[in-house]
Amino acid sequence: MIHLQAVHKRFQRPDGGWFTAVEDTSLSIGAGEIFGLIGFSGAGKSTLLRLINLLERPDAGAVIVDGRDLTSLSARELRRARQNIGMVFQQFNLLTNRTVADNVAFPLEVAGWSRADIAARVDECLDVVSLGDRARHYPAQLSGGQKQRVGIARALASRPRVILADEPTSALDPRTTQSILECLKNINERFGVTVVVVTHEMGVIRSICHRAALLDHGRIAEVMDVVDGSVDARTDLALSLLEAA
Amino acid sequence: MDALAVHDALQNLLTLTPEIWQAVKETGLMLGIGLFAAIAIGGPLGIVLYLSQPGQLFAHRLLNGVLGWLVNLVRSFPFIILMVSLVPLTRILVGSTIGPVAAAVPLSFAAIPYFARLVEQTLREIPRGVIEAAESMGASPMQIICKVLLNEGRSGLISSLTILTISFLSYSAVAGVVGGGGIGDLAIRYGYYRYETEVMVAMVLLLVLIVQIIQIVGNRLAARLDKR
Repeated sequence: MIHLQAVHKRFQRPDGGWFTAVEDTSLSIGAGEIFGLIGFSGAGKSTLLRLINLLERPDAGAVIVDGRDLTSLSARELRRARQNIGMVFQQFNLLTNRTVADNVAFPLEVAGWSRADIAARVDECLDVVSLGDRARHYPAQLSGGQKQRVGIARALASRPRVILADEPTSALDPRTTQSILECLKNINERFGVTVVVVTHEMGVIRSICHRAALLDHGRIAEVMDVVDGSVDARTDLALSLLEAA
Repeated sequence: MDALAVHDALQNLLTLTPEIWQAVKETGLMLGIGLFAAIAIGGPLGIVLYLSQPGQLFAHRLLNGVLGWLVNLVRSFPFIILMVSLVPLTRILVGSTIGPVAAAVPLSFAAIPYFARLVEQTLREIPRGVIEAAESMGASPMQIICKVLLNEGRSGLISSLTILTISFLSYSAVAGVVGGGGIGDLAIRYGYYRYETEVMVAMVLLLVLIVQIIQIVGNRLAARLDKR
């Protein structure tokens, strides 16, 4: 479903020097997988995730999602391709002046759906995240966990084949974290959506991921299988993260 | 001031009612045209200023630099000098240099860059992540402007408009004195040149009242639109 081929991304620092966030990295993620990207801050995991929907454009390499190389698309084609890739953010990034229902409707308005189709789809998505009774509320009236569930419903709305989740639980308490992870897992199982989740917590990897890549200084140090909640790790870095968890 | 003097003053104001009403209409006209120009031209200019900043959707150093410099240039003119400098242009546009419509030309000129800066500043308050979320959903630049920037910034934009309106109520008084008419002009002509202090006092009180009303309406509207 997702193929990153030799992608490279560097940023200019304020002092004029260059910081390499992702270095010559290749990665394949299968359809229907929940794939984790784990590492310490600055390891390049968020950048790698943002390369998948081209929020960051790679300096070199190809980004192939659902059979299309996104780096070769025109601006208009890229916008269409992005409608097939939902995104969930650490800080939720909801529109504060729109109600919950209108937030979920946003990607559908963007995609040019009819009003009636939007209304029906919004109801469906809010049901999936059990927020049907909050449709008319504004984000400011919700708890963190509820906001993130709106974020998930919004990411789900346009029936994407991929959902990218950037530290979706890092702003939440442990119990809420668990319910959000369940929610992502549920969506993956019910709709077969491929989920890529960035985290710095091994607990997240253990509870929902099928596989995970450990990032270190912009490179993949190890790709780990997760079987029955136990992570098959070999590198010292991965083992230390497992111990800390 | 004894009772008789007070009576005379009120009597004088009463006879001036048609002139006062006329002055209010002239001020309204000047303000209306100026604000319309500010919103119609200064609004989009502010959006372009914001979007062309480094790190934004249409980051463009040169465009941003040139527009920013132009805005600063117009804003550096003391209003009275801007008015005088624009007399030839006003003559071309309006065919006259007196009257509220003529005075609205320099008012608009000053209001456009002023509002552009206010819009730019208001939009800067919107978290980058929200715009990024819209981008990630495949929103076009126009959709991001209308559905994200203007909608998320709407409360701040109303507050900006309130500030602009009140500032320009005061500018319109200056414009009035050099031939535009309006409340300020009336206050000067009767209150200052003809020593009818009661007219000056009444006009100032009227302006105080108008400012209070504008601010209250602006605050209420901004609060109602703000769902943060």
